[in-house]
Amino acid sequence: MPKTLTLKELSRKEVLLTAGHRMCAGCGAPTVVKMVLLACDYPVVAANATGCLEVSTCISDYTAWKIPWIHNAFENAAATISGVETMYRSLKKQGKIDKDIKFIAFGGDGGTYDIGLQSLSGAMERGHDMLYVCYDNGAYMNTGIQRSSATPFCADTTTRPAGSKIPGKTEQRKNLTKIIAAHNVPYVAQASPSHWMDLMKKVRKAMDTQGPKFLDIISPCNRGWRSRTDDSIMLSRLAVETCFWPLYEIENGITKITFKPKEKKPIVDFLKPQGRFKHLFKPENVGLLAKIQEDIDREWGRLQKEETCFSPQ
Amino acid sequence: MAKIVAVTGNEASANALRQVNPDVCAAYPITPQTEMMQRFASFVSDGMVKTELILVESEHSSLSACVGASAAGGRVITATSSQGLALMWEILFIASGTRLPIVMPVVNRALSAPLNIHGDHSDAMGARDTGWIQLWSENGQEAYDNTIQAFRIAEHMDIRLPAMVCMDGFIISHSIERLEYLEDEEVRDFVGEFKQMYPLLDLEHPVSYGPLILPDYYMEYRKAQADVESKVAKVVLDVAKDFEKMSGRKYGLFETYRLDDAEIGLVILNSAAGTSKDTVDEFRDRGIRAGLLKPRLYRPFPYGEVGEALKHLKAICVLDRADAFGGSYGPLFLDIATSLYPYQHKPMLVNKIYGLGGRDYLPAHAELVLNELVDITKTGAVKNLKEYIGVRE
Amino acid sequence: MKLKGWKEVTPGAVVPEAGSALKFKTGSWRSFRPIWIEENCIQCLFCWLYCPDMAIKVKDGKRGEFDYNYCKGCGICALECPGKKGKKAIVMEEEGK
Repeated sequence: MPKTLTLKELSRKEVLLTAGHRMCAGCGAPTVVKMVLLACDYPVVAANATGCLEVSTCISDYTAWKIPWIHNAFENAAATISGVETMYRSLKKQGKIDKDIKFIAFGGDGGTYDIGLQSLSGAMERGHDMLYVCYDNGAYMNTGIQRSSATPFCADTTTRPAGSKIPGKTEQRKNLTKIIAAHNVPYVAQASPSHWMDLMKKVRKAMDTQGPKFLDIISPCNRGWRSRTDDSIMLSRLAVETCFWPLYEIENGITKITFKPKEKKPIVDFLKPQGRFKHLFKPENVGLLAKIQEDIDREWGRLQKEETCFSPQ
Repeated sequence: MAKIVAVTGNEASANALRQVNPDVCAAYPITPQTEMMQRFASFVSDGMVKTELILVESEHSSLSACVGASAAGGRVITATSSQGLALMWEILFIASGTRLPIVMPVVNRALSAPLNIHGDHSDAMGARDTGWIQLWSENGQEAYDNTIQAFRIAEHMDIRLPAMVCMDGFIISHSIERLEYLEDEEVRDFVGEFKQMYPLLDLEHPVSYGPLILPDYYMEYRKAQADVESKVAKVVLDVAKDFEKMSGRKYGLFETYRLDDAEIGLVILNSAAGTSKDTVDEFRDRGIRAGLLKPRLYRPFPYGEVGEALKHLKAICVLDRADAFGGSYGPLFLDIATSLYPYQHKPMLVNKIYGLGGRDYLPAHAELVLNELVDITKTGAVKNLKEYIGVRE
Repeated sequence: MKLKGWKEVTPGAVVPEAGSALKFKTGSWRSFRPIWIEENCIQCLFCWLYCPDMAIKVKDGKRGEFDYNYCKGCGICALECPGKKGKKAIVMEEEGK
């Protein structure tokens, strides 16, 4: 397996997700999937939860997937891939298969944090050799931008709109990365398509590790975020640079921040280009903006402290 | 050489599954199925099967994992009852719509609420329109035999549909009966090697399962599935013929008991049919021409054949061990009424609901019902089309 | 295109042809199209990497023309393009002009 990751080398690989899919113009998800598949040097079979990615990449006789792929239902991508992986192990043990095949489940935040949490937890706990990739756009986008437990605090969604009495989501985002880390799996990480090399290194590390792995990858949605169609990569970069979406990994229980912004940008830089946060810029909501910055700072501080527990300072 | 044993229905089913030796099994506990999967798990732990066992965290996940494993390309099983079957409801349709030949013993138990762990048919009846093949079993022997045949039926290249094998919870699953086991090699040769269809693990031919289908095609897929359902009965009979050659035991789409020259008859599923046959004998001894029909292939229901078998009767009582809770009639009653609809001259029908939540069905109940049928043939009048029997007023 | 009848559809709706989405040309979605200005291109390949629609053809490690059959005109390539000496190698132009 090639040690160095260069775009030139990667561009010689076949992209196993084709054009012709029906994701929105400028969607973050196909780029995330493309990067995951490019980073992976093993043959792969994937399962996909119902959602934007699934519905737009496989309609009628048209499939954008060049790998074996299965969509079952909304909440069971992890259980489904568990079944595929188990059949692989069974047939391999019987000598009917000799190839090395890896297994990936893709799910949006809706199908992962909420309805898919049980099946994800079960699969992680049972130790299947699989990678679960959550393409996280922070809401149930496919059904029209409804709130999920991954939706950021104060974001406007259609089931929790920013109205005159309630300023959008009133709860903090659930930290699913930590929840999965608590399952004592060998590898969990957060990644962003803007930091492609970090993302691909994480995918490679995951694929080379035996056991259950989890990647939460921020995946901007210009429809749901009310941003420009060309903004996806820029917004995912800002998410990292404002520490809204820290890039870190927990390998065998040891936390490591894999990217520290040279200059931590204020959260408003991330919020301003997104229409779903525009109500926060009204004078009466300045307190909320301050709270959001406080929350980010506190969580970033905690993560840095956590890292020092494991590394000499 | 048949092996004579004294085992429970659960043990017998677990043994059948051991002899079939599937590639993957997903298991989750639920009374009264639990023991079946526990026994199977001990076969796994003792290396008696090649099966990889997935101990899932819910029944929804057990059937979901089965869908993944079956699509991957191998023989897959799970087992459940009642609430478990109810929880996997959405995946039942996905399994049949995706044409995956998963085999699942269902140990029939009542549905909540109120919570009840005992035997009735509401669970599998609730799943009757999911596109799964349903084989119902009167006793442990039938449960064992049906489980083995289910693989051949489900995996037939003209069919490829999931199949559930039903047996009464506690009454059959936990009662010890005298049974005959087939030899391991006989079962192995009978079910044969699993034939893959569009396996996910075939990297040379990557396929996509579960596309979004829009109004321009959904109906064609459903029609195609309905067409396959129409082929099941013939395959069930062919497999039964082969099974008879091996075991000496005869199976059809249903069992008729002293029905050919009967005037009155009972239509009843599973264990209570056994009880009723004794009462039919008693009535026959008294010179009353009573008979019985016990469906075996319940879905797809063989309307034509059942209608032909029943049309000559004067009065029939259809006994349901499940009520359609929406104030309708018993599910078996509705099917029997439909099977008799095309005939100009129809037998009189009544529907009795019995044995819910494990309430005992006794010979006295069969007697009550047969006496009522005698009255109906005399008076030509039906007092109550639907009634609950064995319930306290 | 003639639609298939019920006897011709695949069992279980399985899609047997991998990558058949290529038959669906999403280029018609565009209202803006990217134009490649080769003299400003440093061949960093970010555009190829970030494009959600695999609409940039790369051969032997070098990017070539846009695949206008599929490009949806999102503009990510243009925004992310580092260009040469402050001049972008990709600019967006209104479709149909």
